Amino acid sequence: MMRYSYFPGCSMDSTAVTYKASFEYIARRIGLIMEEIPDWNCCGSTAAHTKNEKMALALPARNIALSEEHNPGLPIVTPCAACYSRLAYSTYAARNSEETRKEIEDIIEMNFKAEPDILNFLDLFGDEEVLAACKERLVRSLKGLKVACYYGCLMSRPRHITGEEDPENPMKMDKIIEMTGAEAVEWDFKTECCGASHQVDAPKAARPLIEKIFRNARANGADAIVTACPLCNMNLDMREEEINKQLSHKYNIPVFQFTELIAIAMGADASECGIHQHFFPAFDLINQVIVKNAKEKAAMEKQEAKKDPLADGPVVIGRAGR
Amino acid sequence: MDKILNRAEGKLLADKIAKEADVKLHECYQCGKCSAGCPMANSFDLMPRQIVHYMHLGDMDEVLRSKTIWLCASCHTCVERCPHDIDIPTLIEKSRMEAQKRGICAVRDVRLFNDIFTETIRYTGKSQEVILEGAYNVTSGHLMQDMVNVPLMLKKGIVRPEFNTVQDKQSIKKIMNKAEEGGAAL
Repeated sequence: MMRYSYFPGCSMDSTAVTYKASFEYIARRIGLIMEEIPDWNCCGSTAAHTKNEKMALALPARNIALSEEHNPGLPIVTPCAACYSRLAYSTYAARNSEETRKEIEDIIEMNFKAEPDILNFLDLFGDEEVLAACKERLVRSLKGLKVACYYGCLMSRPRHITGEEDPENPMKMDKIIEMTGAEAVEWDFKTECCGASHQVDAPKAARPLIEKIFRNARANGADAIVTACPLCNMNLDMREEEINKQLSHKYNIPVFQFTELIAIAMGADASECGIHQHFFPAFDLINQVIVKNAKEKAAMEKQEAKKDPLADGPVVIGRAGR
Repeated sequence: MDKILNRAEGKLLADKIAKEADVKLHECYQCGKCSAGCPMANSFDLMPRQIVHYMHLGDMDEVLRSKTIWLCASCHTCVERCPHDIDIPTLIEKSRMEAQKRGICAVRDVRLFNDIFTETIRYTGKSQEVILEGAYNVTSGHLMQDMVNVPLMLKKGIVRPEFNTVQDKQSIKKIMNKAEEGGAAL
């Protein structure tokens, strides 16, 4: 049974429109049941832990406590790397110190056992049952598309919070993305920092971080970057044009959420997965790939039909790209 | 500039922070892997390895006054690569909190952004990206920053003018106030 407790996080209701649309499309297709935690609050994100440690542990703990109460026995899934990290920190702190757990309970005035496991979207889609259900629904291939899977910091580090075996070269997203037919290139900036909130409060210091990520993706032959976090995605997608304006050479690397690519491979059109809502234009690249693959498929089927001496009916044309 | 902490006071504070962060400062042998891999190092006035070194010497005054403690992005690359697993991000985070307590801040905008972010959570329970950016621009004086993206965001429905808030706002306010009353360290 694919049922989870769901913590969408603040970005899912505002800037992460394409992430939300594409995820909901997939969830409908494969019958994923996401029980949203009632009246959840902000996890504290990048700000709370810079100001007060107890606050940073207590804010996510309220959500976990609500999940324990309303969605008992279900692991908590969250689409955002920052939410994931903050929820996982609270869980780790409470599981490793009874004193801390009680102190958090005192602050939030709720029962808090820190029982549910905290999963990010890569954990969710890496699950065998979910992955198999996705594969069953695929109707077209993104063969020929080369992508650089960008994980960022918080889904990989720190190791004791994320449980990631290889924080320098994680492979979860690479494996998920390969089912769409796209090729995940090897590259070196999978877990380099995108600058997070410093893109707002210290832009001069932080912009070069984004530029380096694009540079390394291009150097390794990627046509696009794929993310699994609303904040990483916005930092890259929203600022590519601005970075291009200051350079003599231009990057032409759209930035997708990995769920968009899965939705497209399941047959979603642009409005269903949001690829027309990117800052940096993303539609044309995907369209080229789909049209090319559809033409190849049609040509191949035509050839097959010719070879087959028993086939005397009309030639079957394969599903064309939308 | 007058020192806020002399060497002896600095040593006491550094040792307290190191203990809380479960770090043995003398274990650092200054290999520099932390500083080589740090994505923000270009903008730092103290390299990550210098933070550890200065703390070891008890020169906390330098650490508290540095830009580094404000510009660290908490990406954890340094501790991941450290041969002695020295938790530099936690040393920095605790130093930043000590600096805030003493009213020291070498990068005003970072503190401002975090303050506004925290306050929007206190009063609405959720992060408000639109208010956050707007309030930050007004108070920081960077009025037009990122504003070029706003028309496109509205057009594509990426942001909407209304806010998302939690229903039980009082409980969020209470949690945050209670956490702050208890002091910063856990």
